[in-house]
Amino acid sequence: MIPALSVEDLTVKYRNGPGPVTAVREVSLEIQPGEVHGLVGESGSGKTTLALAVMRHLPEQAVITSGSIRVDGQELIGLSPERLRPIWGSQIAMVPQDPLSALNPTLRIGKQLSERFEALSRSDARDKAIELLEMVQIADPARVARSYPHQISGGMQQRVMIAMALSAEPKLLILDEPTTGLDSTTEAVVLDLIRELMRARQTATLYVSHSLGVIAQFADRLTVLYASELVEHGSKMDLFENPLHPYTCGLLDSVPRLGENKREIQLRSIEGRIPSLEDLPSACVFAPRCPVVIDICQETRPALEGAGATRQVRCYRWEETRAGEIDPRQPPAPPPLERPTIAETALQIENLEVRYDQPRSLAEWLRRSPRQSVRAVDNVRLTIRKGETLGLVGESGSGKTSLAQAVVGLVDSARGRVELFGAELPTQIKHRDRETLSRLQMVMQNPDEALNPYLTVGQSLSRPLALLRGIHSEEEVRRLLEGVRLPPEYADRYPAQLSAGEKQRVAIARAFAAMPGLVLLDEPVSSLDVSVQASILNLLNRLQTEHGTSLLFISHDISVVGYLSETVGVLYLGQLMELAPSENLFDPPYHPYTEALLSAIPLLDPKATQERVRLRGGIPSSLEPPSGCPFHTRCPRFIGDICIEQTPPWQEDKTGKRIFCHIPVSDLRREQGQVFAMRKRE
Amino acid sequence: MTKESTTAGVTPARGWRPFTVLTRLFGRPASAAGTSIVLIFLLMALIGPLIAPYGVNEQIPSETRQAPSPDHWFGTDHLGRDVFSRVLFGARDILLLAGLGTFLAVLAGTAIGLLSGYRGGTFDEALMRVFDSLLAIPALLLALLLLGVVGPARNALLIVIVFVYTPIVARVARSVVLSVKSKGFVQAARMRGESETWIIFREILPSAFPTLTVEGALRFSYAIFLIAALGFLGIGVQPPNPNWGLMVAEAREHVFQTPWALWMPALAISVLVIGVNLMADGLRRVLRVPGA
Repeated sequence: MIPALSVEDLTVKYRNGPGPVTAVREVSLEIQPGEVHGLVGESGSGKTTLALAVMRHLPEQAVITSGSIRVDGQELIGLSPERLRPIWGSQIAMVPQDPLSALNPTLRIGKQLSERFEALSRSDARDKAIELLEMVQIADPARVARSYPHQISGGMQQRVMIAMALSAEPKLLILDEPTTGLDSTTEAVVLDLIRELMRARQTATLYVSHSLGVIAQFADRLTVLYASELVEHGSKMDLFENPLHPYTCGLLDSVPRLGENKREIQLRSIEGRIPSLEDLPSACVFAPRCPVVIDICQETRPALEGAGATRQVRCYRWEETRAGEIDPRQPPAPPPLERPTIAETALQIENLEVRYDQPRSLAEWLRRSPRQSVRAVDNVRLTIRKGETLGLVGESGSGKTSLAQAVVGLVDSARGRVELFGAELPTQIKHRDRETLSRLQMVMQNPDEALNPYLTVGQSLSRPLALLRGIHSEEEVRRLLEGVRLPPEYADRYPAQLSAGEKQRVAIARAFAAMPGLVLLDEPVSSLDVSVQASILNLLNRLQTEHGTSLLFISHDISVVGYLSETVGVLYLGQLMELAPSENLFDPPYHPYTEALLSAIPLLDPKATQERVRLRGGIPSSLEPPSGCPFHTRCPRFIGDICIEQTPPWQEDKTGKRIFCHIPVSDLRREQGQVFAMRKRE
Repeated sequence: MTKESTTAGVTPARGWRPFTVLTRLFGRPASAAGTSIVLIFLLMALIGPLIAPYGVNEQIPSETRQAPSPDHWFGTDHLGRDVFSRVLFGARDILLLAGLGTFLAVLAGTAIGLLSGYRGGTFDEALMRVFDSLLAIPALLLALLLLGVVGPARNALLIVIVFVYTPIVARVARSVVLSVKSKGFVQAARMRGESETWIIFREILPSAFPTLTVEGALRFSYAIFLIAALGFLGIGVQPPNPNWGLMVAEAREHVFQTPWALWMPALAISVLVIGVNLMADGLRRVLRVPGA
């Protein structure tokens, strides 16, 4: 059988720097018809370059210096753009990460789809477009066909892209992180669709993703890339069950799995940083971070060796790993010190509300029509005890960032009562005194914007010390750096010289510099690569136990939140839906929304089972939030008018879980099963 | 200790300093050319009167309307004045006025833009609308209007440049503030109780500096144009002071007898403007975040 895709010894170099930089180094892979091949890697691994090379759609500075790419037996290297054009679309199609930038904003969806059927008459082409939209399970295809791209939701846009890619029945489909930009409940629906289409059409697929969970759900075989190098390749089961390369082990170990908590499992983070492509280690690219590194790993580059009929690994010690003679896994973080829970309250939030007034047009102003406002946070009550971590999960638009910003005083329009260690906090930060400021600090989401690019790390760290603790000593700056495991010479560096993970460490050090009693963390790991994530989570754990700090940890990732927290709050449209002790979060009864969230997470275990709970539609606009229960428009357990008309009550079950729902907890418990089942790791 | 320390081979970078910027500017042909042109004109302005072969208004009746020659590099005009000397003398005025005017406009515009953008609110809104309406009037028209009121004088010219360019610089500075003030490091500064002055000048201003430098350079080239244009219209720098615009205007009537008297000052204007623009373009590429 002719493979749908066969890549041999492909090397791609970029020529934009002082010298050529290798982005993909002698990579070979093969995809049989009907097979889904996962391509996993972190940033800088070369996975996107590889995908673009297969499309022959590399940016101008990139050059394929050697190798061959054959799609359905046809060699693509050396083809002129004129010869490539008929191949794109009909032979290879791609679904990109960001659908909005791939769709033409000035044309209606229907027009963009029917453009592909030049041979057909206009009305036939239009019917064909509608047919395609039906194929990707769009409920109201006629309306969507009449819409412009910005008028439909992100999940819908991605479906249109999928429809477009499949319209010509390509031999090879490339999916480049197709669901990375979507919320988890939407992602689940799109992934379902992709899975169904794959199964029905048997299209060979190259699925590029940084998420092992998604790959575990999809791929038949997978290839792991690290720093331009193919490090391991094999069937999904082999790689997930018995990874042979230390990097694959590290990747699998560094992500907290759904249901795990810091009390039971310590994450094994891959220490160090991903090497930049300009500065690759000459022998084994993983050697600087490898726990089982030996001399030869630093001297000569290991060859890709066959470890079984369909399996290859680029490591000198894979046989020892397979025989169980060495443990290629990273050492786990030491378990945190046991701390008695202190009953003292660190933070108490009562009826917190954040509104953002929308600007009025001149006509509205003249008519004196009332200002519309977005209610980002609505009637939230929370308590965090001293030394405890409270996790907040929510999708985009759930108000989680607004909540954190309101607590630290960066939102002028916040209402309600916030008490920190028993003292009421003034709403606005300018009315708070030094004492109060030093007790409450925050770590922001984007590490690249967290540090002033014009100040050295030392300067950034010395300001809170001077201002909030009256300390002017370089010694203390060095101690702070040491606390976040960075060497002291980093004090003289500028943020541009740091990796994202290192920047986030500095931001964490800066937040802890004031010796705060409470630190708010707004998605501190979501923009980091998974191998770096774990080390930040371990760091937070350690700092917390060392200082007895309370944390408010905010994230869209329920696995991470469940892992790090003692209590978890689930936010939807600015309101809390559920507040659960983390040990009970993953067991029924669940709030119907939590149930859907837990069902939406791609599990990191190919043998795991998961209930299928899917939500209809998208999150409603917070300009006009639904009446009654805010979740009623999408709730799979909707019980009738009561959900539309009345605000649900807070119910508490015997484990201390609190659920904001009209359905009695006993009924929920009876109707709901365990949403997912996954084997525990040791 | 993590293995991150082992990759610590990077030398600590300094912030960008004038010398570093200059070296980098000379690293690219186009910006090297632009910078050289600007430096040569600056040199002309500084020592021009010392090297000028003739006086600025020195008329040599025997040598009127001479074509360029080793005696008169740029020739002489209809009154027998040495064009090269006049161009040399003219550089001082135009560079001083345009430079000082731009500098003051950048200073005022930056202060207004930073403060207004950072505070926001009704005051910011009102001020920006006023600036918008000022920007709607063409710079030359506004200059004519102002000079009509205060009368043609050098100080008036300076005021005109400051007045015309302050709103533009303020808008640019404000746009940078708006994009920076919601960033994490500014929020962190507020969370540790930094004063407004510190936040504006230490946290935000450095990020605005590259943009403002480039904007300043561009404004400088526009100011050169404006002064030349006003001189040409006869309401800029007044005689007997030499002025490139005025020289062009005077030579216009004799363009068939002494084309060089028109071309040379015109060439000086365009070469200087092109030089400044090339340098501004170079600055845009060169001013990077420290350590990058």
